[in-house]
Amino acid sequence: MDAESLLLSLELASGSGQGLSPDRRASLLTSLLLVKRDYRYDRVLFWGRILGIVADYYIAQGLSEDQLAPRKTLYSLNCTDWSLLPPATEETMAQTAMVKGRFMGDPSHEYEHTEIQKVNEGEKIFEEEVVVQVKEETRLVSIIDQIDQAVAIIPRGALFKTPFGPSNVNRTFEGLSLSEAKKLSSYFHFREAIDLKNKTLLEKADLDPSLDFMDSLEHDIPKAGSWSIQMERGNALVVLRSLLWPGLTFYHAPRTKNYGYIYVGTGYVGCSPGAI
Amino acid sequence: MEDWTSLKQEKENHELKEVEGPWEEKTAASPQVPDPQSSEPLEAEQAPETGPQPSKSPPWSPRSRASMVLGDLTELGALPPHSPPQQPSSTPPLTLGEQDLETPLQSDRTTSIIPNSGTLVSDPLEQPSDKRESTFHRARQLEENTFPQSQQSKSDLYGPKDPSYDTSKQKELRFDIFQEEDSNSNCDLLQLEPGASEVAPSMLEIAIQNAKAYLLRTSSKSGLNLYDHLSNVLTKMLDERPENAVDIIENISQDVKMAHFSKKLDTLQNENELLPMYEIAEMQKTLFLQGNLEGADQELEDEIAESSLPNVMESAFYFEQAGVGLGTDETYRIFLALKRLTETHPIQRCRFWGKILGIERNYIVAEVEFREGEDEEEVEEEDIAEERDNGAIEADEEEEDELPKAFYKPPPTIPKEENRTGANKYVYFVCNEPGRPWVKLPSVVPAQIVIARKIKKFFTGRLDAPILSYPPFPGNESNYLRAQIARISAGTHVSPLGFFQFGEEEGEEEEEVEGGRDSFEENPDFEGIQVMDLVESLSNWVHHVQHILPQGRCNWFNPVQKDEEEEEEEDEEKEEKGEDPDYIEQEVGPPLLTPISEDLEWQERRMPLSMPMCSDRS
Repeated sequence: MDAESLLLSLELASGSGQGLSPDRRASLLTSLLLVKRDYRYDRVLFWGRILGIVADYYIAQGLSEDQLAPRKTLYSLNCTDWSLLPPATEETMAQTAMVKGRFMGDPSHEYEHTEIQKVNEGEKIFEEEVVVQVKEETRLVSIIDQIDQAVAIIPRGALFKTPFGPSNVNRTFEGLSLSEAKKLSSYFHFREAIDLKNKTLLEKADLDPSLDFMDSLEHDIPKAGSWSIQMERGNALVVLRSLLWPGLTFYHAPRTKNYGYIYVGTGYVGCSPGAI
Repeated sequence: MEDWTSLKQEKENHELKEVEGPWEEKTAASPQVPDPQSSEPLEAEQAPETGPQPSKSPPWSPRSRASMVLGDLTELGALPPHSPPQQPSSTPPLTLGEQDLETPLQSDRTTSIIPNSGTLVSDPLEQPSDKRESTFHRARQLEENTFPQSQQSKSDLYGPKDPSYDTSKQKELRFDIFQEEDSNSNCDLLQLEPGASEVAPSMLEIAIQNAKAYLLRTSSKSGLNLYDHLSNVLTKMLDERPENAVDIIENISQDVKMAHFSKKLDTLQNENELLPMYEIAEMQKTLFLQGNLEGADQELEDEIAESSLPNVMESAFYFEQAGVGLGTDETYRIFLALKRLTETHPIQRCRFWGKILGIERNYIVAEVEFREGEDEEEVEEEDIAEERDNGAIEADEEEEDELPKAFYKPPPTIPKEENRTGANKYVYFVCNEPGRPWVKLPSVVPAQIVIARKIKKFFTGRLDAPILSYPPFPGNESNYLRAQIARISAGTHVSPLGFFQFGEEEGEEEEEVEGGRDSFEENPDFEGIQVMDLVESLSNWVHHVQHILPQGRCNWFNPVQKDEEEEEEEDEEKEEKGEDPDYIEQEVGPPLLTPISEDLEWQERRMPLSMPMCSDRS
């Protein structure tokens, strides 16, 4: 959700029981403004929060002028001091995939897990147990990146692609109409297109190149149920909840420019384990 | 005035008859070119395309030219330049669409003629008309080369279209004609501009012509073109003379376009789209209405509120401090909905249990305790269950004689706990949205809890949706919802240490035999615990809902004991199998009011650190 319209956005997304306490809200409003100034971002999004055992991570993202360029991610524990996270790489992704369980809430906490590696010494092959240490910070980065890649979404028309390449915020976006808001095909993944390039010419024929340059949600896997789409408050609000990453809520008030998403959760994919 | 309109009508008739009206008009509209010589080459140029028409032109053109000039002049003299709106009233009645189109065109025409006559006054004969005409020719030819298509619809040379002219295309053609008029008048303007400045840069002219051709392109969607639209907008503005026209030009433009929409389509769309929104608003309005009526006698309401209604707003405030909870307005709607629930049912105590998210809809759950008058639905359900059992027994008896019986006996069904005890201590009502009717959930059966522990399902939001799972779940979504509510309540409902104490009056001996007391009451001497104590230590929070045993009940039920009636049969069977009658050890869970620090897997739980959570049961 946009940092500038944070209060309205929080109110709109509150139907899922996810909120921020007044002191957090106030400090976010202040500190995100400073983040925007200091890091010279074009736009700052409040991304959400990841629940830890001891403390929560509050996550914000900074966008450059090209909205689809790699985003800078920042985290904070107290909503006042923000630290920049390193970008996620495939290597760290593979490492952190081994780590399970809740986040601690301490970025310097190190998870240990043993791996069996085969070591060749001459002709003999030894199996050696290697203790791999993963910092919670890198795990945080990779989880955020995974969530962003999978379920960060944006309504169709909110961005447009300029002939020169970068995609900008569409100032003339006036919101989806009611009938469009109920369809998954009106929402796009907020990332560079992956599936779109694999489509046939026939499928691409009806697409508007300036608007339809991202993947739409309707082809998500599993097709039947990776999203829950609901109209709330009469028909004044459409809310999409990801079933793949429970905790991600996207809201959009049809016919207005208010849209955004927020993630509040433990960072578990699918159903959270540990239920009694 | 009269001349003007009659001329127009006549001219239109003429044009519709496919005589080369446009040509006449063109020459007529540019009064600087009175000599027939200059028009002859034009006609000659057109001749190869239109065929035998030029012979008709001479008798027509001079007259129209003359009257046209006359008309212009009289009009200029009689009327201020911005008075075209009066003209439509005297225009001959054509079709509706035509009239719409015609009004702006006329105004256009007059405006274009104004500079015309102006130049006529200022420099009447100085203009090198031949030169102008020749440049015009060149422009025309160039344009013909570059825009052959737009040329056809736009300019005078619409001869080629004539053979294909039929009644079905009539309207289209009329449209073309209007465009033509337009372009003609505009041509005059173009002609005049270089004339007035005495310099004629032909490149500029071509550029302007191209731009105009672009503006006149008819949209394939709506059949309009930008040129007409702009002229319509300007006409409307001049008609209405709004304040700050520049600020609302978007709206005016929109209005003009809206006027073209077919009204039937418009209403259809709106009606359909907005229906559900009104429906829910209507429902929720009743909530507020009731609240207002009750508000009249405040004292009485306070009394009621203290006894049965929870203070949802206060606890919502504390929850908000902790960063959880629903939005303010939704909370208030839920509060009103709970109020209506307590008014319509004999409820002694009511509590907002929470909200369960579903795929299609969500559930808002209320936890209530009835007064002494329990409801009747329970009885019906039990009857049905008994009938089912009887049927099964009868079926068994019939088959007994001939075929060997299956050795497998289904494990004894564990009966559900009575209302007001164990997992069925409270009754739960759910609704999808505040304002919609509350639905009472059935009481929970141990088998449902046992199975529900093994499966993970998303709620759909429809209570009658089937639960497809392995192992098979006995019941539909309402039963599953009820089982999950029981499990969540048993696991997570806590209160500060010392707030509740065990009731002393009830028969303790009996309960102690069963392994734990199951009733508690508020401690009147409770003085509260320091906030920091609650934050720092989990042992200051205790469960006040009974633990659900693996059996699926809160209070132990011995399944072997139940079978004592049929003991003999069973013993025989078991002897045959060579097994001892199995003795089932009583399952024991943590007793009531156990601190949550002793919970299993408590590490998985989230410790409240920054803010104390507010217990709703205060």
